[in-house]
Amino acid sequence: MIDEQSTHTLNSDKAGENALLADVDVAIIGGGVVGCAVTRRMALEGASVVLIEKAADILDGASKGNSAILHTGFDAPVGTLEWECVQKGYNEYLEIHESLNLPLLKSGALVAAWTEEEEARFSEILKKGNENNVKDLRLLSSSEALALEPNLSKDIRAAIAIPREYVIDPWSAPLAYLMQALQNGGQALFNAGVIGGEFNGSEWILKTVRGTVRARYVINSAGLYGDIVNKDVLGASDFTIKPRKGQFVVFDKAANKLVRSIILPVPTKRTKGIVLFPTIFGNLMVGPTAEEQDDRDDASVDETILNDLHAQAIKKLPALAGIPVTATYAGIRPATERPEYRITQDKDRNWITLGGIRSTGLTSALGIAQHVHGLLTGQGAEFRKVDNPSVPFVPNLAEHLPRDCDTPGYGEIVCHCEMVTQREIKAVLESEILPAGSLSGLKRRTRVTMGRCQGFYCSARLAELTDGKFAKPIAVGDANE
Amino acid sequence: MSEKLKHITCDVAIIGAGPAGLSAATALKKEGIERVIVIDRETEGGGIPRHCGHPPFGILEYKRILTGPLYARRNVKTALSSGVELMLKTTVISLGAEGKLSLLSPDGPIELVAKRVLIATGTRETPRSARMVSGNRPLGICNTGALQSMVYLKNRIPFKQPVIVGSEIVSFSALFTCKKAGIKPVAMLEEKAGTSVMWPIKYVLNIIGVPLFLNTKITNIAGKDRVQSVTVVDKNGKEREIVCDGVLFTGKFIPESSLMRMSHLEIDQNIGMPRVDRYGRCSDPSYYVAGNIVFNPVKVAGKCWKSGQIAAQRIAKDLANQ
Ligand SMILES: Cc1cc2nc3c(=O)[nH]c(=O)nc-3n(C[C@H](O)[C@H](O)[C@H](O)COP(=O)(O)OP(=O)(O)OC[C@H]3O[C@@H](n4cnc5c(N)ncnc54)[C@H](O)[C@@H]3O)c2cc1C
Ligand SMILES: Cc1cc2nc3c(=O)[nH]c(=O)nc-3n(C[C@H](O)[C@H](O)[C@H](O)COP(=O)(O)OP(=O)(O)OC[C@H]3O[C@@H](n4cnc5c(N)ncnc54)[C@H](O)[C@@H]3O)c2cc1C
Repeated sequence: MIDEQSTHTLNSDKAGENALLADVDVAIIGGGVVGCAVTRRMALEGASVVLIEKAADILDGASKGNSAILHTGFDAPVGTLEWECVQKGYNEYLEIHESLNLPLLKSGALVAAWTEEEEARFSEILKKGNENNVKDLRLLSSSEALALEPNLSKDIRAAIAIPREYVIDPWSAPLAYLMQALQNGGQALFNAGVIGGEFNGSEWILKTVRGTVRARYVINSAGLYGDIVNKDVLGASDFTIKPRKGQFVVFDKAANKLVRSIILPVPTKRTKGIVLFPTIFGNLMVGPTAEEQDDRDDASVDETILNDLHAQAIKKLPALAGIPVTATYAGIRPATERPEYRITQDKDRNWITLGGIRSTGLTSALGIAQHVHGLLTGQGAEFRKVDNPSVPFVPNLAEHLPRDCDTPGYGEIVCHCEMVTQREIKAVLESEILPAGSLSGLKRRTRVTMGRCQGFYCSARLAELTDGKFAKPIAVGDANE
Repeated sequence: MSEKLKHITCDVAIIGAGPAGLSAATALKKEGIERVIVIDRETEGGGIPRHCGHPPFGILEYKRILTGPLYARRNVKTALSSGVELMLKTTVISLGAEGKLSLLSPDGPIELVAKRVLIATGTRETPRSARMVSGNRPLGICNTGALQSMVYLKNRIPFKQPVIVGSEIVSFSALFTCKKAGIKPVAMLEEKAGTSVMWPIKYVLNIIGVPLFLNTKITNIAGKDRVQSVTVVDKNGKEREIVCDGVLFTGKFIPESSLMRMSHLEIDQNIGMPRVDRYGRCSDPSYYVAGNIVFNPVKVAGKCWKSGQIAAQRIAKDLANQ
């Protein structure tokens, strides 16, 4: 390992553009959920690895805002690599989540039909589920559906129950994956956007804005920038990212008791429909929309669309009418001109592209990581699996499980809405393995200011606690008395 | 995980050490009630006035003009010297039937059973998200509460040239806070045709040099890391862009009633206010409310303090009758 000091420091450019920041077997470009999962898998397989991320923290792209559903893959395109990775990812998450202290909300899902047209598509959905090896789908009459979810609108005509469709923590999971990689010898570089590279027949020299990285194999998991990285480094990309935004409305925790299951729509020819679902943090959410746009970073929300989502949610769950909105946000899917994953391997140049991981990546990431390992060994790479790998401890943020504040000695509660303690904020800021690199990173790792008051009560204290920690701070200066 | 549960009993437990809670507590002690405990989740008692650095507070209560922080301290001191117990850094996490409260403190969980409970958790402003305002979500967007606590409690500023949304009384407090901190607001926006404030506001705004746009709604926030501009539209549909580095959303108060929403107590779902009888008693008669959690529109601190006095009388009577 080289340049350990500057691994986590902000904009550390001391060493200059040509400094060798890492010399490894496998370099992974992009710290989204896919990159974090691949970094973990390869570290556990015994490769020396480095994750290279252009932002100050992980999860700065598509993985920043998703629905957090752990999909069974019942509706995945049959026989595709996506389906295979979803199933493998799903199973591995269930295997490892307890040891990594990652939560699982066994919510189950209902595909709800509200019109005759929707109900008519049920046979198709059941058939597909069966073909996809999700054998426990059950058809429910409207009264059976209402018995399960009594607060749903009585207009429901029928439903399909998918008992093993679950909800997870979309940010702690990838964090745990990367932490495990780092604890087992891996490295991570931040503020280190990849801008070019050269392959000398056996090794890559990748150029980042902070210095260079030498690697035998490179994995491009740059998500929304996957095509650009391929163009910048390989000279061409065989796909183009077509960003597709999804907006959400988050309801107050008082709404959580109104439904237990994820309420999925029947996708029609015209629209994919929106989902109503509990979050692991104890809220209820509605979304996402699917809006094509050119901008890869513009996650802006739109009043008209938010109001429409809000109205749609109330139509399905009338009791939501009186419940306040906690938050609104949007995520951007790295879609391409085609629906399938754009996973390719350039064996001549030791390069794997994990492109277009559009709408199932949170679930499939661990499966994609297994697939990458297979591709690398398939082309002759050899690694020695780590014996008894070290297992990180990732603090729980799920509402239904004990939080940091349930253990005495936490100092004070800083964020009252989300019950975030001073102790847990400090731990994330001062982590030796992986401190938060940005305010948004800190939020994702603690939930601070993410609750109903959105910082009304705690911004000032948080500004104080994070003084000097981030390149983009809460406070812009002192009050001149 | 959960350590041993501590048990406490008392005559009256008061949730919230703002003007309403502290005033009720002091009055209850004066009525001869034995054990009165005020619980507040903050590190200091006093409630919202702790960070309202400006006068006038205390006219009704103490016959003098105080700043918010002095007033808050005075309320705390008066309560403590009357024999009120103050539990700080302690959060009430659930309300149970017949006055059984679950609390969380840095020393562990506590179960507190009170003969009567007074809920005085106050009010806060509606954040940007719940207003469904379009645009990006960069740094530099906050409510008056956050601005004031940053300026008065931590001596920091979240922006230098914000747009102020709203023109309620609190919006003018915000304006004074800005002036004091060296922040120069670039505009004040009001959706309605006039402001709800009774003073010569045009005059005030003129002195401070902040233009007021009536019939004007914020329709977009732009900015990558920090706010860079907002788009506003007037009643004729004319759009314009205002360059700024922050957006201050003021007023549009909502009661801090989430505890009640999650409990057995009945509340009016649409406004989030508890349902109370003419004695200020909730659907579970061991619970009462006072202060800004029940005022719509919100009232000034003095009125909240007064409502604490009234609640105390009723609770004392109620306890005497049982
Ligand atoms: C609205 C929405 C809802 C969704 N719901 C679900 C769901 O319920 N369940 C589910 O399983 N999936 C869901 N998904 C899908 C899932 O979120 C994505 O598939 C996944 O986040 C894709 O991750 P990624 O790692 O491929 O890309 P990204 O998250 O975009 O990660 C790429 C990373 O690469 C970095 N990067 C870019 N360029 C460079 C460079 N030049 N150098 C270095 N680093 C670079 C970026 O900063 C970024 O951090 C949803 C997605 C959206 C948008
Ligand atoms: C930003 C802002 C500025 C204002 N400026 C003025 C002004 O300048 N002048 C004026 O007269 N009025 C002002 N007001 C009105 C203000 O609400 C009243 O002045 C007054 O503080 C209300 O008193 P209260 O006792 O009802 O509630 P608060 O003062 O809000 O006190 C409520 C207390 O309850 C505590 N609490 C809440 N939930 C819990 C829980 N679960 N567990 C434990 N403790 C809890 C809180 O920590 C808080 O200390 C302002 C209000 C706001 C929001």
